[in-house]
Amino acid sequence: MQSYLILANGQVFRGQSIGCPGTTIGEVVFATGMVGFEETLTDPSYYGQIITQTYPLIGNYGMNSEDVESGKIWAKGYIVREACKTPSNFRSEETLDAFLKKNGIIGIEGVDTRSLTRTLRESGVMNGAITTEFDPDAEPEKKAALMPAITAYAVTEAVATVTCAAPKTFEPTTNVIDGREVETPLHVALLDLGCKNNIVRCLQKRGCRVTVLPGTATAAELAALNPDGLMLSNGPGDPAENVGIIANIKQMLDTGIPTFGICLGHQLTALAAGAKTCKLKYGHRGANQPVTSPAKQRTFITSQNHGYAVMADTLPETVGKMSYFNANDGTCEGMDYFKWNCFTVQFHPEANGGPKDTEFLFDEFVKRMLAAKGVINDA
Amino acid sequence: MPKDPRIKKVLVIGSGPIIIGQAAEFDYSGTQACRALKSEGVETVLVNSNPATIMTDPDIADHVYIEPLTAEVVERIIEKEKPDAILPNLGGQTGLNLSMELARSGFLDRSGVRLLACKPDTIDRAEDRQLFKDTMEKLHQPIIPSKVVENLDDALNFAEIIGYPVIVRPAFTMGGTGGGICEDRDKLHEIATNGLRLSPIHQILVEKCISGWKEIEYEVMRDSKGNVITVCNMENLDPVGIHTGDSIVVAPSQTLSDKEYQMLRTAALDIITELGIEGGCNCQFALKPDSFEYAVIEVNPRVSRSSALASKATGYPIAKVATKIALGYTLDEITNDVTGETCACFEPALDYVVVKYPKWPFDKFVYADKSLGTQMMATGEVMAIGNSFEHAMMKAVSSTELGLDTMTLPDFEKLSTEEIIEHLHVQDSERAFCVYEALKHGVPHDTIYDITKIDWWFLDKLQHLADMEMALQNGALTEEKYLAAKKLGFLDKTIQRLSGAETLPAHPGAAFKMVDTCAAEFAAKTPYFYSTCDADNEAAQFIAERSDPNKKKVLVFGSGPIRIGQGIEFDYCSVHAVWTLKKHGCEAVLVNNNPETVSTDFDTGDRLYFDPLNPESVDQIIATEKPDGCLVQFGGQTAIKLAKHMDDIGLPILGTPADAIDEAEDRERFDELLERCGIPRPEGRTVYTLEEALQAAREVGYPVLMRPSYVLGGQNMIVAYNSADVTEYMGVITKHVDMSHPVLMDKYILGTECEVDAICDGTDYLVPGIMQQVERTGVHSGDSICVYPPYTFSQKVIDTLVDYTGRFARELKVVGLVNVQYAVQNDRVYVIEVNPRSSRTVPYISKVTGVPMVDLAVRCTLGEKLRDMGYGTGLWRNGQSPYTAIKVPVYSFLKLHGVDTMLGPEMKSTGEVLGIAPNFHEAMMKGLVAAGYQFKTPGPGSCVIISVKDSDKPEAAELAWKLHDYGYKIYGTPGTAKFLNGQMVPCSVVRQMSEARPNVLDLLESGLVDYIISTSPHGRDPHRDSVKFRRKATELSIPTITAMDTARVLVDALRGDHDISEMELVDVAALHRDAAAGK
Repeated sequence: MQSYLILANGQVFRGQSIGCPGTTIGEVVFATGMVGFEETLTDPSYYGQIITQTYPLIGNYGMNSEDVESGKIWAKGYIVREACKTPSNFRSEETLDAFLKKNGIIGIEGVDTRSLTRTLRESGVMNGAITTEFDPDAEPEKKAALMPAITAYAVTEAVATVTCAAPKTFEPTTNVIDGREVETPLHVALLDLGCKNNIVRCLQKRGCRVTVLPGTATAAELAALNPDGLMLSNGPGDPAENVGIIANIKQMLDTGIPTFGICLGHQLTALAAGAKTCKLKYGHRGANQPVTSPAKQRTFITSQNHGYAVMADTLPETVGKMSYFNANDGTCEGMDYFKWNCFTVQFHPEANGGPKDTEFLFDEFVKRMLAAKGVINDA
Repeated sequence: MPKDPRIKKVLVIGSGPIIIGQAAEFDYSGTQACRALKSEGVETVLVNSNPATIMTDPDIADHVYIEPLTAEVVERIIEKEKPDAILPNLGGQTGLNLSMELARSGFLDRSGVRLLACKPDTIDRAEDRQLFKDTMEKLHQPIIPSKVVENLDDALNFAEIIGYPVIVRPAFTMGGTGGGICEDRDKLHEIATNGLRLSPIHQILVEKCISGWKEIEYEVMRDSKGNVITVCNMENLDPVGIHTGDSIVVAPSQTLSDKEYQMLRTAALDIITELGIEGGCNCQFALKPDSFEYAVIEVNPRVSRSSALASKATGYPIAKVATKIALGYTLDEITNDVTGETCACFEPALDYVVVKYPKWPFDKFVYADKSLGTQMMATGEVMAIGNSFEHAMMKAVSSTELGLDTMTLPDFEKLSTEEIIEHLHVQDSERAFCVYEALKHGVPHDTIYDITKIDWWFLDKLQHLADMEMALQNGALTEEKYLAAKKLGFLDKTIQRLSGAETLPAHPGAAFKMVDTCAAEFAAKTPYFYSTCDADNEAAQFIAERSDPNKKKVLVFGSGPIRIGQGIEFDYCSVHAVWTLKKHGCEAVLVNNNPETVSTDFDTGDRLYFDPLNPESVDQIIATEKPDGCLVQFGGQTAIKLAKHMDDIGLPILGTPADAIDEAEDRERFDELLERCGIPRPEGRTVYTLEEALQAAREVGYPVLMRPSYVLGGQNMIVAYNSADVTEYMGVITKHVDMSHPVLMDKYILGTECEVDAICDGTDYLVPGIMQQVERTGVHSGDSICVYPPYTFSQKVIDTLVDYTGRFARELKVVGLVNVQYAVQNDRVYVIEVNPRSSRTVPYISKVTGVPMVDLAVRCTLGEKLRDMGYGTGLWRNGQSPYTAIKVPVYSFLKLHGVDTMLGPEMKSTGEVLGIAPNFHEAMMKGLVAAGYQFKTPGPGSCVIISVKDSDKPEAAELAWKLHDYGYKIYGTPGTAKFLNGQMVPCSVVRQMSEARPNVLDLLESGLVDYIISTSPHGRDPHRDSVKFRRKATELSIPTITAMDTARVLVDALRGDHDISEMELVDVAALHRDAAAGK
C-alpha cells in the first residue's frame, strides 16, 4: 500500500505503508543508532514523535519480548528506508511490521531517509504526518486540509500520558552491593516520567529494590516510602511544561535524599534549581554522542535521546555546576548540585540501545546512597 | 594533552613488498601517517623496501630510504638520521615486528629513540599466544579452548583432549600463514609441522574449531587519557573458518541486536584498555548464532587491513588519528576532518551498507587450489557502498572485474540441483556464486544454512537478487520490474541481456549520497560519494555550492582491486595524476573502488566517487559532474578498458587518444604501425581457434609465445614448445577468456629483455631511464629482476632503444606516458609490445631517476611542453646515473597451493623491492636481501639441489662449480647429476619425488637445503614431478630459483665479498631534490 509523509513545510516523501494504515501526525525527529530499533520504538521519551531511522535497514534481527524498554510504542509514527520482512536472530519473535501493527502504529518505508534527515537538520525539528489515505500530490485539497492540523500539533501532556498509574516494586536481582553481600537491599524510589525499563534493571542488578512511582508523586508520598535514594527517570516532551512535578522534585531534593537524574529528570532538576531549558534545533538522538567530563578528564560515548537541553549558564553558580558537556556542540550534558545531594545527566547511562560506557554512574549513585546511610565514608 | 614537544623527528617503517596478507593498505596508512606528521611540523624519515608505494615519495617524507627492511639496516638509518622516535604501528606486521626487534634488543634505548604508540609488552600480550590467553582470562573474556605448543607431540596430545576438528595458528605470522583447520590426526601432523617451522618463535596454537559461528570484527581506538571509541564493526558473510581477508564482509553488522552489538563492543573496549594501546586496534570475535556465547579470536594491536576498510567504510581516518595520538594528542582534541566541526572522539554512524569482496588470483592461476581456510589467499579487495545490501553486493561483484554482471557463474548454471547442493560443501572462492545458484534453483534456505552456515539474513537478501535475475529472464519487462531491478543494482546492460528488451523504460538516473561519518546529523565538508537510486543528489548540490566553475574539471579513473599484474603501482600513478591536476589549477575527480589505497582517501581528489568502474556507473558520475575531460592512462587496464566508452560518449580523453590503445593492441594495426616506424618485431599471427593456432605455430616455428589480446600482467601467457602445449593452452584460454578478442601468437625470441618508459608531449619525448632485465625473454617482465641503468648494452643498442621509443611515441600521438618492451638479440632490437599508458615501472623509475614522471605526463596532457619543464628531452642525463637501482620481484607462493613457482611469461609476483647502491653488485645484494634472501654462510652439510632441463645444463655446470667452491654440497636429480658429473662437478644423485624413498623429499625435509635451482620444460600442471618438487620446497620456505639468469646473479651475490653493513644508505628524497634543481 502506498503511503506518504507530509512535512509541515509542504514537502512530500512517497513510500509504502508498514504497520497500520491511516493518518498520524507528530513531531518528526531522526535517530542515528545503527542497532537498537526495538529499544528506540519502545522508549517512552519518543512520545508524540514520528521517528526516522537514519540507518537504512531496520528490523534485520526482528523483535523480541526481552529488549523492550516499556510495554508499548509511544511514538506517533515510524519512518524507515527498508523494513526487513525476514529477520534473522535466535531471539527474533516477530517482524517489525507485525510489531507496529500490534501496537497500532502507522509507519512508512521506502523513504529517502537521508534526504529527510538533511531537511530536518537544516530546518530543525518539524511536524509532519504519515498517511495512507490519499496521495497528497494527486489530491492537493486533502493535503491542504491536513496542513493546519500538522502545523498546530504540539507534544503536550507528555509525562502525564506515559507515566505509570500506580506504584510498583521490583526486587533486586543480587544481594551484592558495591562488592559486599548485604541482607537488606538499598531501596530506590524511581519517579516515572516515562521511564525506560533498563533504568530499573541497572538498579536491580546493583542490589537495589526499586519502587516505581507515578510522575505526579508528592514529596510526602516519597517520604512515606523512606527510600535510600531517588531516581528521576527520562521522559518525553517540553520539560518546562511540568510545573507541578518540578515543584514536587524541589521539595523532594530539599530533604537531602541522594538523587540521580537522567534526561528529563536532569532537565526538571535544573528547572527546580532555577535554571532554564531550551529546545535544540534537531536534538541529539543516537548512540554515538561524545560527552566530556572535565573532572574525569575523559570523553565518553553515550546514548542520547533529547530535544531540549539545560542552559548551563542560567544555573546560579552557588547551586551547582556543569559536570558533563557535549564534545560536539558544547551543550550541557550533566550537572552536579552543591545544595542538594544530587547529580544528573542528560544522556542515558542505562543505554539500551547504545554503549554502556557510562553505566558506572549507577555505581556512583549506589555509593552516594551508601555514604548517606553511613555504610561507606564518602561517595 | 597537546602534542608532545619532544617529538621533532620520527622514523616511520613501512610494510615492504606487497604480498598476500599485506597489501596496499599499509601504503595508505603509512602515507596518511607521514602527512599527519608533516602537518604537525614533524620531520619524517621513512624506510620501506617497496618502491611502488606513495609513502616512499619525496613529497610524503623528508628523508626516504628504499632499503631492505632488516634490523641491521634500520639501525644504520637510525644512526644516520637520529630520529627522536619511531612509529611502529602503521607498517603492518613487518613494521611492527621490526620495531619490536629493535626495542627488545635494547637498540632503541641505547640510541635514545622512543617507541611511540605501544610498548613491546603490549604487543606480546596481543600476539604471544600464551600471554594473550592470560590477558583474556584476566579480563574474563572467553576464548576458544586452546593450547600453545612448541612441538608436534604436544599438539597431537592436546587435540586428543579437546577433540577434532582443531585449528592451528602459528605465532607471529602474518595473514595466518601456515595455519589451517585439521579434521584428523594426519592433517594436524602436516599442518602443525609446517606451522612450527614458519613461526619465528616456533610456536603454534592448537584450538578447538568453532567454524560456523558468526565472525564479527570491531575497530577500536584509544588515547593516552583512556578515551576509547569504536570506529566500526563488521560482520563476515562467511562464518568463522574462512580468513576474514577471504570473506565477504559487511559493515556495520546486520544480524546483531543491540544486546549482542554492545556486548562485543564493550569487550573490544575492555581489551584495548587492558592492553594499554594508544592508537588503533582490531578485535575479532566469534559469536554463536543461537546464544550470547562468544569468544575472542584475535587482537591486532596495530593499524590493519580491516582498519583501512573501516576507514573507507566510515570516512573516519584511523591511521591519521592514530598518528596524532602517537604524537600525544587525545581523541577529544582531534577534529573530525569530515565535518570540520565535531571531534574525533565519537563513533561514526553509517546510513548505508558496505560490502567488501575479496579479489583472488585464481583467474590467473588456473591450477591453484581455490579452497579457502584460515590462511588468506586474496591479493586485494573491492568495497561497495549502497543503501541496500543487494545494491552494494551488485556493485561489489561488478568491481571485482571477474567478467560477471550478476552473481551467476556460468560454470554453475550447467549443474543440476543435486550437484549444486553437493557443491555447497566446497568452501572455496566461488562459494557465494554457488549459494546464489542454489537460491535460483529454489534450494531451501535451511538446507543452504546447514551446509554453509551463512546467516539466513544474507541468504534472504541474495534470494532477492536471484529472484530478480530470474524474473528479468521471464515475462515482459514492465516499468515496475525495471525500476525494482535498478533499485537492486542491476545495470541497464544486464537488464537488457536478461530480458531481451530492446529499449528500456526511462529512469531518473543516479543520485549520489555523501559518506559523512554521522548519518547526516551534521553538515559535512567531505566530497566522498556513492551512487543510489534516489532523487536527492547531494553531489550535484555539493558541486553547485563548492566547485569552482572556472577550473577545468577532470575525471581520473583508478585501477580497482590489487591483483597480480595490476598492483599498487597504478594507485601511485592515479594519485600522482590527481595531485598534479590539483596543483595545476584543475579540479580532480577520482573514481575507484579499492578500500586499501591512497587514491580512495577522502582528501586525495577534489571529489571521490566510491563506485564500480563500469560504463554505466561512470556515465552516472559524468552526468552529475559534467567534467571537461578524463584521464585513462594512469589506472592500469581497468581504466584503459573505459577509454573506448569515453570515446563513444564523447568525453574528451586528455592526452593519448583512445585510438592509440587500439592501434597498439590490435595485431594488424600494430603491424602497420611498426612498418610506418620501420621497426622489426618477431613474426606473429592472430588466432581464434585451436586449428588456427596449430597452423600458425607451424608457420612461425616453435617455440611460440601465446597470449590473449588485451593482456594484463601477462595474464594467461605461455611459451609453447610443441603442439601439445598449444592444445593445452587453447583449452584453458577459451574457458577463461572472452573469445571475442583473439589470441596472439609470436615467434619466441631468445634474448635480453628490456623496458623503456617515456613521457611525450606530442612533439618531444623524455626517456627517464632504460631498464634491463636479468632474466632472458620468456620470463614476464614483472617477474624479472630489473636493472637501471642497463649493464650490458652497447651504446648502439641504447641509442636504438631511445630512437624506437621516440618513433612509437610520435607515431601513436602519445601525450603522456608510453611503455615499450623490447628483446635484444645479438645487438638487434625487436619490439615485443607497446603500451601507450602508465606502466608498472613508473614509480620505480621515477624514484631512482628523480624524474617525476606522472607529474610531467599530466602536465603534457594539459598542454605543457617538455622543453619548458626543466628535465630536458631525449634520454635523461644521457643514461648516466650515480646509482644502480635493481628491482627484485617478490612472490606469495607460500599462500597459493598448487601454483607452480617456475617463472614464465605469465606474471606471478605480487610485489617488488628495490636495491639501490653505487654499483651493480651491491644493488643486487641489497635487492636480494630486501626480497628475503638470507645469505647464510654455508655450514657443514649445507647443500644445493640442482634439477634443470637439458638446455640449461651447461650453464648449471658452471654455477654448480662456483657453489661447490663456496662450500656447498651439490645434489642433482638423475639427469642433472649425470651431466654435472660428466663435467667433473662433484654432485650426488637424489631420486625424484615419485621414485622410491629416500628421495628428494627426504632431502628437502632434512633442513640442510639452502637453495634449489629447478627448471623444467613444462610447468603449471600440479601433478608433474617437477612442479610437486618446487611446491614442496616453497612450503618449506627453501629459496627456489627457476630461471638460470636469476641463479647466476644469486650465485654471484653469494660470493660473499660484499658486506651489506658497509653499503651506502641512499636518501631517495635527496636524489629528487637534486634532479629538480637540475643537478
